[in-house]
Amino acid sequence: MSQVRQYELIYVVASDATDQQITELHTQVEEITGRYSGTLDKTENWGRRKLAYEIGPHKEGTYVLELISGSGELMKEIDRRLRVSDQVIRHLTVRVDEENRVIERARALRKEDSQRRRVARGLPPERQPGEGPQRTDDDDDRFGGDVEEGI
Amino acid sequence: MRESRGRSSSEGRGGRAGDKKDDKKRTLFRRRKVCKFCADKIDDINYKDVKLLGPFVPERGKILPRRISGTCATHQRKLQTAIKRARQLALIPYVTE
Repeated sequence: MSQVRQYELIYVVASDATDQQITELHTQVEEITGRYSGTLDKTENWGRRKLAYEIGPHKEGTYVLELISGSGELMKEIDRRLRVSDQVIRHLTVRVDEENRVIERARALRKEDSQRRRVARGLPPERQPGEGPQRTDDDDDRFGGDVEEGI
Repeated sequence: MRESRGRSSSEGRGGRAGDKKDDKKRTLFRRRKVCKFCADKIDDINYKDVKLLGPFVPERGKILPRRISGTCATHQRKLQTAIKRARQLALIPYVTE
């Protein structure tokens, strides 16, 4: 029995690859996903970016992000294929479903808590527009603040 | 003594004339560090968000230690994973000379 999990796949294609080759890679990933009865949830092309460090002869690369739901075997196969491919200079697979669940739970808890406290203070549960202290970006002096305290 | 250090920002403002020791005065100026992710309520420390990670990777490319950034243990741990992942994808450098 294989479970369905959500994975995030990012691969960096060499900058000398043509648009057609990039689309080809994408169709390959799509095809493998289909073969292992997974689903491709989202694709995002970040376009060409400068690499933070040189990888062999490469200084630039095209980043492509794919969100895939499927089994571990599926990701294993994709990983193998990308490893073999000449155009892909880096790739990374991260399982995201569990992390997302944790994040959502934290957000929901915080919201619930704030609503409970607001109601206890006799306020409407949602924050009204224009309520409370208005913060600007200049207020944030925790990083690189040039004002010395206490002088 | 220890406690006064924590609340230095609120007490230090008055600049009381009664301060006896010089070295006590110095500790009063130290600002209390706050975890950025707790304060701004950022739940998701993602390796794709280079802008968010940027301030925690100084010039040299090393990860900024907790004692300097003031990040709490939980978030520093998540930050560490995110930075290491971003490095693998060449979004952030390993080292810069």
